[in-house]
Amino acid sequence: MILRLAPILLIALLVIPVSVGLGMVLLPAFGYLPVLGEGTFHLEAWHALWGRAGLHRSVLLSYFSGLITTLVALFIVVLFLAASQGTWIDRAIRRMVSPLLAIPHAAVAFGLAFLIAPSGLLVRWVSPGLTGWERPPDLLIVNDPLGLALMAGLILKEVPFLLLMSLATLPQLRPEQRVTLARSLGYAPGIAWLKCVFPALYPLIRLPVYAVIAYATSVVDMALILGPTLPPTLSVSVLTWFNDPDLSRRFMASAGAVLQLGVTLAALLTWWLGEQGVKCLCQRWLANGSRTSGSTAIAFSGRALLLAVTLLAISALAGLALFSVAGFWRFPDALPGTFTLDHWRRILPGVATPLMNTLSVGLAATLIAAVLVVATLEHAARHHLPALRAQWLLYLPLIVPQVAFLFGLVVAAESIAIRPQHALVVAVHLLFVVPYLYLSLSESYRRLDPRWVQVALSLGVPPWRAFWQVRLPLLLAPLLTACAVSLAVSIGQYLPTLLLGGGRVPTITTEAVAMASGGNRRLVAVLALLQALLPFIGFSLALMIPRLVWAKRRQMRGAA
Amino acid sequence: MKPRATLMTAVATAMLSLALPAMAAPDPNDWDAVLQAAEGQTIYWNAWGGDSRTNRYIAWVSEQMQSTYGVDVEHVKLDDTGSAVARVLGEKQAGNMDDGRIDLIWINGENFAAMREQDLLFGPFAESLPNFALTHSDENPEVVTDFTLPTEGYESPWGKAQITFYYDSAQTETPPQSIADLLEWAKDNPGQFSYPRIPDFTGSTFLKQALIELSNQDDALYAPVVEAEFAEITAPLWDYLDELHPYLWRSGRSFPESGPNLRTLMSDGELSVAFSFYPTDAAVAVMEYELPESVRSYVLEGGTLGNVHFVAIPYNSPHKAGAMALANFLLSPEAQAQKQSLSMWGDRTVLAVSRLDENDKALFEQGESHPSALPADALSNTLAEPHPSWMTALQDAWLKRYGVN
Repeated sequence: MILRLAPILLIALLVIPVSVGLGMVLLPAFGYLPVLGEGTFHLEAWHALWGRAGLHRSVLLSYFSGLITTLVALFIVVLFLAASQGTWIDRAIRRMVSPLLAIPHAAVAFGLAFLIAPSGLLVRWVSPGLTGWERPPDLLIVNDPLGLALMAGLILKEVPFLLLMSLATLPQLRPEQRVTLARSLGYAPGIAWLKCVFPALYPLIRLPVYAVIAYATSVVDMALILGPTLPPTLSVSVLTWFNDPDLSRRFMASAGAVLQLGVTLAALLTWWLGEQGVKCLCQRWLANGSRTSGSTAIAFSGRALLLAVTLLAISALAGLALFSVAGFWRFPDALPGTFTLDHWRRILPGVATPLMNTLSVGLAATLIAAVLVVATLEHAARHHLPALRAQWLLYLPLIVPQVAFLFGLVVAAESIAIRPQHALVVAVHLLFVVPYLYLSLSESYRRLDPRWVQVALSLGVPPWRAFWQVRLPLLLAPLLTACAVSLAVSIGQYLPTLLLGGGRVPTITTEAVAMASGGNRRLVAVLALLQALLPFIGFSLALMIPRLVWAKRRQMRGAA
Repeated sequence: MKPRATLMTAVATAMLSLALPAMAAPDPNDWDAVLQAAEGQTIYWNAWGGDSRTNRYIAWVSEQMQSTYGVDVEHVKLDDTGSAVARVLGEKQAGNMDDGRIDLIWINGENFAAMREQDLLFGPFAESLPNFALTHSDENPEVVTDFTLPTEGYESPWGKAQITFYYDSAQTETPPQSIADLLEWAKDNPGQFSYPRIPDFTGSTFLKQALIELSNQDDALYAPVVEAEFAEITAPLWDYLDELHPYLWRSGRSFPESGPNLRTLMSDGELSVAFSFYPTDAAVAVMEYELPESVRSYVLEGGTLGNVHFVAIPYNSPHKAGAMALANFLLSPEAQAQKQSLSMWGDRTVLAVSRLDENDKALFEQGESHPSALPADALSNTLAEPHPSWMTALQDAWLKRYGVN
């Protein structure tokens, strides 16, 4: 009975806040905001919006950076999976990639900016020896007008995510059997994977891909650090307008938020059309019997690209670590002139509360989300229901851009006298944690052989004991991984924490972003490293606990 | 109980509950009552949190308030003051009249003008604070004027800032001494100067500084913008920028994100000359390993723009007594002297130091100096801030001209 309520509760929990928030932004977009003395509907906000210099460029930037980063990230992941043949190198690369998921977007962005800027680490390491540069070259690399740096940063983050999602889904397709069969017909390994496994895999990772598109079209924190500035991406502009001292800008900001939703939907639609196109075009290639052409290229580039992504992300992190202990560091010295722990000493006394808040909010949100998601999946499993028909609704908070509904949500919560506080922050984190947890867990849950539970039931065990003693232990590894993903998602939230916490729930992320506005790179590096620490611990635990619990049962450790 | 008495009780209770919101805002003229009401309150002070010095100072203030007045001060660290203004507006929109989340905001200029216009501030309270008299506002009108607007007691002065230039003496020996000079210097040293991207506060201030110099301090700048005259008055500024931009960092195709960002760029060796709103910025940055020891500070020959920054109380703060106690403490000689010291923050005092008594005066004579800091007498020539409407108008015009490259 309670189980039956779970799916309904889950959907309501996600859909109601998003639609209410969206509604509260739609009203001012069409001129209705009585507090500023405007109580009639009109289109002035839209006229003001169209009149903004560079609006079309902002829109195009958001649209294309979303599509291109998703395409490249998917390409890299698919090539790697096609090339990866279970050798130790492949396993090593895989292991290096999953912790990358733990590093928050903002931390990756800071690290990448340090790395690739004209005065950054890479240039310092080769200057002046190879380049002859005594001063940094005057090149526009970070914040470039085409958004290439932003796209690079997004790709660094999306590759590990898509890889993890694919790896979680793959086992149910039994890829080894498919590849072995194809190889016996003379197909080269990479081609065999692309022709026999990928067409079955893609539908299963489609929603994660859509989530990536939506995220990349509307990202704020990474775009602030790496993105173009004249003009910035649409989401950054919208945020600036919402924070403008000229309060009448809020009408235009609301219209901009609605436009952002339109841009994201347009990118999703484009991708969907692209899917249809690729499907048609590839029918012939799939069946043309070509067995080996291109297989060497796949084998080489698949590994090389993923390795490059991994190394880039690790160097970015190493750069952060170096700056966090750097004294004055003159260009083009390869290393700082002096090292000091002053920066850590200055930051550490103040981070106890933010760290506790980060942890308590993250754990509370993860726990609630895990209970709801497991109850929903268990309900489906017991009644042999197919995948939740309303499943796509789960992705609503991931697809509707944050700037489009959070500002409205704040007003809505205020109107019913719910004041910003811890509990409200946990609630808003659920909006983002639940979909990711569901995304990471549902396939493992569904593919678990139902005969295990049937055997238990046939032995006379009541269903709830079969759940606790058979199903849950079998799912320990994927469940912990899903929880680690959701903890990482919660820790990375900036805008929701700030807006719904009314600034009263400082987390390590809000501290890092506030400090970033002051530009002291050394202190920002310390905070970014601290920000990466908690999710990293989460992922390590998710890997270690199953190994400890199942120390004597090798087969049970797997699946993470 | 007789029915009549019950009715009376009900009426009395109703009247009491009506009176409650008024009780939340004690009269600043009865200071003892304010302090009494303040005790035990928790004040949420929303202030920009991007600078470790400011944060350090606010943490010190918080300790003092706790031990002296029993008031708990929580620093809400913002990356943009506008978000605090947006929150108060959101609360008003939702009809939250007496339980706001913000008790004190660090603001000035544009944000103050916007909040006043929408009636989002509590007041007047500032001029009734006991320590306010120490500013001698009759002789120092800048503590009661914010971007030409009279503060009318709706915000309390906190500190003083003035544009200060600094340069790396290892990279350039003859830094530009005026806005006109800057253009010639940039042509000789391309790529080594920039200003923060509009609408950043420091960047917008640079535009105003240039406009004041290029338009010979036109009186029109100190009144609301008249649209018909805007193009004519600002024409010299745009001509100047058109000529300057090709010689800026990245040829003006990109601009640094914020004022502090200029400091990072100089630390990387990308810029040779930069500027800040804090006169002590360069010296403190050297002490914190952010800038080389060869950095020196100076002000332009014709003087630079300066202003006073303030704290204000939102109309719906539930802890107005505590917020007033805090605003008053910030004006005490002790707190002002701490703020001015280089090892704490280095932000100049708003008090009339020469008129303090000997003990308090001694607090300000700490005798500390740093080779990268300005000499004490260098800030005598301060230019006043134009009317806030100029900031918005200049920002919009800049974005139209240069916002898309």
